[in-house]
Amino acid sequence: MEKNKRLSLPYLIWMAIFIAAPLLIVVYFSFTDQAGHFTLSNITAMGDYTGVFATSLLLAAVATVICLVLAFPLGFYLSRLQVSTQHMMLMLVMLPMWMNFLLRTYAWMSLLEKNGLINRFLGLFGIGPFDMINTSGAVVLGMVYNYLPYMILPLYTAMVKIDQSVIEAAQDLGASMFQVLSRVLVPLSMPGIATGITMVFVPSVSTFIISRMLGGGDTLLVGDLIEMQFLGNSYNYNLGSAMSLVLMVIVLLCMSLTNTSGEDGIEGVM
Amino acid sequence: MKRKHFRMIQRVYLVLIFSFMYMPIAIMAAFSFNQSKSRTLFTGFTFKWYKSLFHNEMILRALGLSLVVAFSSAVFATVVGTMAAIGINAMGKRSRAVINNISYMPVVNPEIITGVSLMLLFVVMKDGVAFLNARFGLTLPENFFGLPTLIIAHISFNLPYVIFNVAPKLRQMDIRLYEAALDLGCNPKQAFFKVILPELMPAILSAFLICLTYSIDDFLISYFTSGTTQTLPIVIYSMTRKKVSPEINALSTVMFLSILAIILTSNYLDSRRDRRER
Amino acid sequence: MNEIISLKDIVVDYDGEPVLTGLSLDIHDKEFVTFLGPSGCGKTTTLRVIAGFEQPKSGNVFFNGKDITALPPYKRQMNTVFQKYALFPHLNVFENVAFGLRLKKLPEKEIKSRVLEMLEVVGLKGYERRNISRMSGGQQQRVAIARGLANHPKVLLLDEPLGALDLKLRKEMQLELKRLQQAMDITFIYVTHDQEEALTMSDTVVVMNQGDIQQIGSPEDIYNEPQNAFVADFIGESNIIDGVMLKDFQVGFAGNEFTCVDSGFEKNESVQVVVRPEDIQVVPAIRGQLTGIVKDVIFKGVHFEMHVEQAGYEWIIHSTQASQPGELIGMNIGPDEIHIMHRMEG
Repeated sequence: MEKNKRLSLPYLIWMAIFIAAPLLIVVYFSFTDQAGHFTLSNITAMGDYTGVFATSLLLAAVATVICLVLAFPLGFYLSRLQVSTQHMMLMLVMLPMWMNFLLRTYAWMSLLEKNGLINRFLGLFGIGPFDMINTSGAVVLGMVYNYLPYMILPLYTAMVKIDQSVIEAAQDLGASMFQVLSRVLVPLSMPGIATGITMVFVPSVSTFIISRMLGGGDTLLVGDLIEMQFLGNSYNYNLGSAMSLVLMVIVLLCMSLTNTSGEDGIEGVM
Repeated sequence: MKRKHFRMIQRVYLVLIFSFMYMPIAIMAAFSFNQSKSRTLFTGFTFKWYKSLFHNEMILRALGLSLVVAFSSAVFATVVGTMAAIGINAMGKRSRAVINNISYMPVVNPEIITGVSLMLLFVVMKDGVAFLNARFGLTLPENFFGLPTLIIAHISFNLPYVIFNVAPKLRQMDIRLYEAALDLGCNPKQAFFKVILPELMPAILSAFLICLTYSIDDFLISYFTSGTTQTLPIVIYSMTRKKVSPEINALSTVMFLSILAIILTSNYLDSRRDRRER
Repeated sequence: MNEIISLKDIVVDYDGEPVLTGLSLDIHDKEFVTFLGPSGCGKTTTLRVIAGFEQPKSGNVFFNGKDITALPPYKRQMNTVFQKYALFPHLNVFENVAFGLRLKKLPEKEIKSRVLEMLEVVGLKGYERRNISRMSGGQQQRVAIARGLANHPKVLLLDEPLGALDLKLRKEMQLELKRLQQAMDITFIYVTHDQEEALTMSDTVVVMNQGDIQQIGSPEDIYNEPQNAFVADFIGESNIIDGVMLKDFQVGFAGNEFTCVDSGFEKNESVQVVVRPEDIQVVPAIRGQLTGIVKDVIFKGVHFEMHVEQAGYEWIIHSTQASQPGELIGMNIGPDEIHIMHRMEG
């Protein structure tokens, strides 16, 4: 046994160097200026970006709620299927996820354009054209589209554990459909809901691809800001680190709110 | 009557949600055969975008790089991760919990932060190497951004997934299997290779496949750690910025179909194995 | 008879919790030996010490007179049948049985003939290619036994191997194991908490409790002459009452004097008396050595179990004839049926 423990040593060293140390470096950069002197100016500068942070949080929250509403019935439907069909339907849910994320988002660009397919289609009925691309609505749509499976799968995993007889017992005791939902299904799916919320919210709040591709330059998110500090025109590692640090704190807060234990989260997706 | 209504609502809902999920992909596939460059008007059927895709040096080179990064990082991550899972399994509850939390870090952290933090690490390392070179007149390579940093980054984000795949299997495994192997004459090493490893193999294999797909698919972390080299997703990103070439539609279709083929084959193999066992 | 395994002063503890407290034991060759005791008594630990999975804190294990305490399990000429079989799920039936033989690098032909022979012995001919997960518990059990025997061990260790089977299958397997042991002509060491199982199969029963041996003997000895109240209580149902040894062959208990066959106790030594429920004769009240009132009667299939109150003590009686609850009955106990034990300390 003692000898076996040592097998994890390479992993621990690797994680220390390439996961823990980089995060410490982020912290270090957040509190120093370009000359390497201690400063709080990066953190205080965050005040200028409150608007961006607020937009990010708001859009991510809206996307998360929409995902939850869309995914809940589907998760339940999947969990009640026969095992053989379940397999196939789950695959149908996961398949788009294996398509590259950039390509999926790109697909929506051509759909939402001013003279894109949707407007053209609506035009047949004399409606529109609407300005759809380069709006925050388009950004939310992109988030929902990309991360919906991350909500469906944990919900399904939680719901598949609910025995049909539990639902029948509730009905037997006089619960209406709505009461079954609110008093049995939702409470029992809570672990899945919590996992799903984090799994949608975290990538949504930190994305910069979706906002860049579907939001044009108009909708600026935290992810965009960070990217600009590191690879874009602004080029300020220290400020970028401070932003990353704040984002990290936000994510941690969100996680502790939904109280996601990591293990369930992983199980739901893989 | 009520039930009938419910059935109908259910059906409509399913159709809507699945068309929402598949429509964009279907439309991309359709327009990959479009004669003109228009993304909205279908003017005629052609294979020319596929042809030009397979002659596009940049894409092919990026694909090659992506495969090299994916395979090398997946192999490394699978080996080290499996070893780690075995080691962690032998530990007490408390140290196991601590290590698990460390492992979750890159998983729950937004990818952009993993990417940025690794980039900072490499920048710091680069400065360090430059300093050493200047100080001691060494000629250590200073610009290692590219293949090495990509592989390191991919190993780092893949490692936890290996552990999350292998560790539960280990925990489920009957410890008596190991003892039974010793009992029947295996020394500890033989017991590991003849019994434990074959038992873990399905989990290890699926961990390896997960690493491969995550690695090939990754854009964000590669974006920050690749320097000027381009993996396939990075090329795709630059193509989407230009918004013009229908090659990108062709590429999507090809990728989608290859993934579909892989999934269907593995499912077919699974079900055939199931049947044989029965 | 020669000893194949000897344990000398074996001490084992888990995190300071004593499990075996200086256990010594000789096991004779070609015997069917059963370790019997309640859960937590140390019987499985003893087996694991013999197999080599457990290193004793002190004490020695001898195999044919050689000290094998430090020898790892894979170098011992013993094989184990595990509680939940521990079959290798990635191998089919044939390969499971062949596992140990392949390690010995035997020629393929011999492996094949030995595996087939073993499968035939356990009644699984024709199942070679079967996947382990597609077999019933009883079949898996047989594979596990075949796997253990295929190596031609000198000793086969069986750790509650029938625990997961249903009653009927269990009875069948008990007989089968006994037959196997005789056919293979090797030592079986069997661990169980089921006293009936132990009595049915064994040549020698080792009754254990709290990390030490309570009694070693043939099933008849253990049943008829329990050495202390624990054994008496654990093996079958019994009435255990305090008594006084008045003189040789004369014991007093339950307010009466009885003739017995025991001697060599001190005069007026306080003892414990064991009487098996089936050894109490029910007679009309006037003719009984003891009289009591029937509290209740339970039909048990072959006999009736009666609880009879007599002078504040509740007797259990097994009889083929039922009395009525509330009835006053007489009870007679013959000298042969009275077993006297020294009082247990504590």
